[in-house]
Amino acid sequence: MPAPGAALATEPGAPVVLNTWDTVLWGVLPYVMVVVLVGGLVWRYRYDQFGWTTRSSQLYESRLLRIASPLFHFGLLAVIAGHFFGLVIPMAWTEAVGMSQEFYHFNALLVGGVAGVGTLGGIALLIYRRRTTGPVFMATTKNDKTMYVVLTAAIVFGLFTTLASVFEGEHGHNYRETVAPWFRSLFIFQPDIAAMAAAPFTFHLHTLVGMALFVIWPFTRLVHAFTAPLHYLFRPYIVYRSRDRETRGRGWSAVGTPDRDTRNR
Amino acid sequence: MRVMAQMGMVMNLDKCIGCHTCSVTCKQAWTNRAGMEYVWFNNVETRPGQGYPRRYEDQDRWYGGWTLNRRGKLALKAGGRVKKLFGIFASPVQPELKDYYEPWTYDYKTLVDAPLGDDFPVARPKSLITGEDTKITWSANWDDNLGGSQDHGHLDPLVEKVRRESEDKIKFAFEQTFMFYLPRICEHCLNPSCMASCPSGAIYKRVEDGIVLVDQDRCRGWRQCVTGCPYKKIYFNHKTGKAEKCTFCYPRVEVGLPTVCSETCVGRLRYLGLFLYDADAVTAAASVTDPQDLYDAQMDVLLDPHDPRVQADARAQGIPEDWLDAARRSPVYALAKVYKVALPLHPEYRTMPMVWYVPPLSPVVDLLRDQGHDGEDAGNLFGAIDALRIPVEYLAELFTAGDTERVTAVLRKLAAMRSFMRGISLGEDPDESIPESVGMDGQGMYDMYRLMAIAKYSERYVIPKAHLEQAHDLEELGCSLDFDGGPGMQDSAPFGEASGRPVPVAVDTFNALRDRQSTDTIAEGAGLRGRVNLLNWDGRGAPPGLFPDKGPQPDTLAGAEDQP
Repeated sequence: MPAPGAALATEPGAPVVLNTWDTVLWGVLPYVMVVVLVGGLVWRYRYDQFGWTTRSSQLYESRLLRIASPLFHFGLLAVIAGHFFGLVIPMAWTEAVGMSQEFYHFNALLVGGVAGVGTLGGIALLIYRRRTTGPVFMATTKNDKTMYVVLTAAIVFGLFTTLASVFEGEHGHNYRETVAPWFRSLFIFQPDIAAMAAAPFTFHLHTLVGMALFVIWPFTRLVHAFTAPLHYLFRPYIVYRSRDRETRGRGWSAVGTPDRDTRNR
Repeated sequence: MRVMAQMGMVMNLDKCIGCHTCSVTCKQAWTNRAGMEYVWFNNVETRPGQGYPRRYEDQDRWYGGWTLNRRGKLALKAGGRVKKLFGIFASPVQPELKDYYEPWTYDYKTLVDAPLGDDFPVARPKSLITGEDTKITWSANWDDNLGGSQDHGHLDPLVEKVRRESEDKIKFAFEQTFMFYLPRICEHCLNPSCMASCPSGAIYKRVEDGIVLVDQDRCRGWRQCVTGCPYKKIYFNHKTGKAEKCTFCYPRVEVGLPTVCSETCVGRLRYLGLFLYDADAVTAAASVTDPQDLYDAQMDVLLDPHDPRVQADARAQGIPEDWLDAARRSPVYALAKVYKVALPLHPEYRTMPMVWYVPPLSPVVDLLRDQGHDGEDAGNLFGAIDALRIPVEYLAELFTAGDTERVTAVLRKLAAMRSFMRGISLGEDPDESIPESVGMDGQGMYDMYRLMAIAKYSERYVIPKAHLEQAHDLEELGCSLDFDGGPGMQDSAPFGEASGRPVPVAVDTFNALRDRQSTDTIAEGAGLRGRVNLLNWDGRGAPPGLFPDKGPQPDTLAGAEDQP
């Protein structure tokens, strides 16, 4: 548990009362989420390689997909970059390089807003396509539908926090003083629960839905993101599989060992 | 030099009657599954025709295969690695279902279930994709036997090209049309562009026999291979979200049996055997500047299995002795490199295809016969080959990147063989001048005739078995498409359709199945060496080996019965 003073430092003067819910939501749940995410991914990677795929529906329909899918995916990549910038990089660092709070926020709103709207527009178009194109809808499983609900909710709530801060202007909430320190504190196993508890409800909602998304992630088609084929940039074009290389893996025996059935006799 | 072995196929197009038996048996063996309804690992196209998928040869549209970049280096026509990754979210050039066809079935149930009425019940066509009523407008062989050629014969990309170059000489008036069939499977290329396009690296070439396979566990469904393959012989399974392709029937080939398409070919036109090739020379050979030189470059990559130096290198690479023997007896090597009558399909794609074709002489012979000439006289045939510019130009677009002289040379050899052997059949003295006119001798021509016309089973198929000590490695290399009731067959698993773990194809499952099919007693698993194959157990009794051997114990009642 962090020292109580840490919370007071972020919101001076504000009385912070930590209740059990805060502890569970911001002190326990993130770690449960990580355990499920990592454990689920490892488990699925080991036992469901065959189901680990994008399950592309481009064969059925490509006119809408050609616009919607890149819009969504590239938007999402920008959103992820924005989250990294906002959550991981401390406010002190950006100030140290001379970036004012106003400038940071203007940028975050502009870039984040554009990326968020693009992502939301992309997924809206993708869902429209999925619902209206017969074959695509037929290929949609319950698993997919659940995933779409959570994913869309995460995007909508996230975009809402961004847009809300546009209208709130200077009175808007500075998440770099609440959510971001909490996020960073999770990695050193000293969760700054008080900081997160001080954030407004919209941020809580977005964070919770986000965690829900990560919890279901390993069990949905979203896993394809974790095998993004970046190694394609470095591998040779022509792939030979020799038995020498294969037999070094787990569960392989070298050439020349007795056949299984004779071994068991 | 790095000597590698490659299973190859040659198809003698003169013998193809377009019966589609190869397609049907292949379909039954490999793609008779949900998600693969539209897929034909083997298909037979009528030429001229658009092919399957439609106009797949139009690489200005599909960007398949390789090309030379500005620096003269080999590059993927659809773009390099970075471009491919940027296009991964929606593959920019990919055939849609409408380019293949929408698979369908018929509502046969109505025929039986329809209530009594004034009208005959009709089995309506139902789409296998949407389940709705559908209108059948195209299929894998819609333009079979030139059906509809007046309407869309001009859509054949090769016809377009030949026409452009020869100023409208091809007319689709039926009396002037020549026609032949082109059966196609995966080319199992030496320089496969599908493999190079795969972001995951899931497509691989087996070191042992050169068969190109998709690792179903590693494929992530990025679908770039479909774009990459210029022959469009990689298909996307829309149920499992994985790419699938012709497997060269590797479970059969490993035990020395020919592929299903070859085995069931009515015309006995397919040949299977080994090539030895220099793997280090492939890239350079695929990079020659002039596409018309690609054929020669490809021939240079193939090594002479009789050359002691090649044999020594092959042994150093660990190629077993019986494989070297098979390579020396290889019918495909003989047809491609010794007799030089087999040509690769579209060498200009620079993939170094390993399924070869003997171009058809029949259209020429038929034409001569129809015009009242002696269609088997060498002089007539030679003259006709030279005169029939259009068929030759068309064949050249298919097999030699437009080099008509090469096609003419092959056709002249086939004509010479026909004429030479007719003389012998008629009891005349062998006319040695005929083989000489095409640069062969009488004995060589007779041997070629034996291989091509008699085509004994044991001479057509020279397939060395996979080695026992390699069996474990081969069976679980990771291409497991073909078992019933496996994950690929389930409608919906917890993580979407077809998730789960595929069961490997085992050589002994195949053997057990063969035993069961050829025995007239209940399956007893005698060939299983103490193991039990429950896949083939018919449920009667307890087969020996179902329970572990109890060892030397005092016999009980039950135990005594089980003793053999």
